[in-house]
Amino acid sequence: MEYMLFLGEAEARERIAPTDPAFGEYMAGWMAYNQKLIDGGHWISGAQLQPAGTATTIKRVDSVDTIIDGPFAETKEQLGGYYLIEAKDLDEALALASAMPFTDASIEVRPVAYRPQP
Amino acid sequence: MTADAVERRQAITRLAREESGHVLALLAHRFGDLDLADESVQDALLAAASWDEIPANPAGWLYTVAHNRGIDRLRRAAAERRRHQSAAYLLSLPDEEVSEMIVEHSDVGDEQLRLVLLCCHPALDRDAQIALTLRLVGGLSTPEIAAAFLIPEATLAQRIVRAKRKIRDAGIPLSIPHSLDERVDAVLTVLYLIYNEGYLSRSSAGGRVDLVDEAIRLTSALASLLPNNAEVLGLLALELYGRARAAARFASDELILLDDQDRTRWDSAGIEHANRVLASALALEVAGPFQLQAWIASQHANARTAANTDWPAIVSAYAQLSLLTPSPVITLNRAVAVSMADGSHAGLALLDTITGLDDYHLYWATRGELLTRTGDPDAAADAFRRARALATNPAEQKHLDRRIAAL
Repeated sequence: MEYMLFLGEAEARERIAPTDPAFGEYMAGWMAYNQKLIDGGHWISGAQLQPAGTATTIKRVDSVDTIIDGPFAETKEQLGGYYLIEAKDLDEALALASAMPFTDASIEVRPVAYRPQP
Repeated sequence: MTADAVERRQAITRLAREESGHVLALLAHRFGDLDLADESVQDALLAAASWDEIPANPAGWLYTVAHNRGIDRLRRAAAERRRHQSAAYLLSLPDEEVSEMIVEHSDVGDEQLRLVLLCCHPALDRDAQIALTLRLVGGLSTPEIAAAFLIPEATLAQRIVRAKRKIRDAGIPLSIPHSLDERVDAVLTVLYLIYNEGYLSRSSAGGRVDLVDEAIRLTSALASLLPNNAEVLGLLALELYGRARAAARFASDELILLDDQDRTRWDSAGIEHANRVLASALALEVAGPFQLQAWIASQHANARTAANTDWPAIVSAYAQLSLLTPSPVITLNRAVAVSMADGSHAGLALLDTITGLDDYHLYWATRGELLTRTGDPDAAADAFRRARALATNPAEQKHLDRRIAAL
């Protein structure tokens, strides 16, 4: 099965800057995690997003678009990135999700209903 | 109804309660589809209604009929070419030699454990876990469960449908996980909640399924699947002590407190049984909160009179319990024990340290009792009134009314 992992981060939290001495270690954790997904045959795709402050939302009502500055829901946690993975069942997907090198985050695990293949 | 018909109906109920969980577990594994297995078992139970006589091996009969119904469903679905990718594969298997012995086979244990773990999977919310466990493992019907929890049948039916849909669509597996202990803890919590619902609403049990008996039945089954899990045995002992004291806990729909219960009405054979189960739990030497609670229950159950209770021992058991699972409710219970061991003032002092129980009727009821004993009737009456406003169980309400009137 395929699962999408939505990474929710507290919007108030500062991201580690590349100039920070801790940045190298932080990135190494994520590189190792990505490699684990690739080696295990789980990797489909994934990305880290710019903070929600950079989001623009198109709201369409009766075919009329309004452009809004901001994400589609104002919440304390915002989508910070995602992984799309292959896992044999929910237990494996949950185990992979909880192996992420976060200290604080919410990770929503959702099965993919349909994904067109190229 | 003729005597034969009554007997047949009882046999069908027994079959549903005692065997349908095993058969469902086996078929869910064989078909790889929980929903199909459940529908097939329900079909077979309906077919049992037209028995002319009770088969020699009802469990074997249920397996055979449910299995065949499942295959029929798969055939129809395959014909319509819209359901179950697995249909073609399953239909291509040679016809199974259905042995009468199949449901008594030793592998059934693993299948049953997978099923109960699935029903209590952390990806399902607590209410769904409880409903699925009673329905799929316990073999209760949806109307029976709805009546036992006093919720509308449609609400419960929808809860079960939603949970089964999530199991299918989110890919929740029928498997035995690496972190078995953690997952067993979730099962124990579900069984404890079923027990507790029965324990507290027992007074209004007229004709309802007895949730205490169901919890004991399911916990015993789990204990035979996991004979070396001390906490499973601890929970079973706790439930058995509760049931053994049941007859003395209520009089004409009013709650009787432990101190005032007629101990000759306790079921001594039931207490002996609970003692044996607790001893086998403690012999495994793995401490846990259910064993501690059972041990506390054993101190009460084995004291011949309320005055004989070893309160200091109970105080120290609650202290250990607080360390394992800190919670304000445990502190509340500890305060009661402290008041018995060291006096009402000491109990009240501990009660004063509790926060977060303002909406819990037993906090106010306890406060009222202790204030009564320390000679402060006005404050006691206030506390009992707050408790009365929060209590939902009719027997507890009556009891509180009587306490207020007595002041």
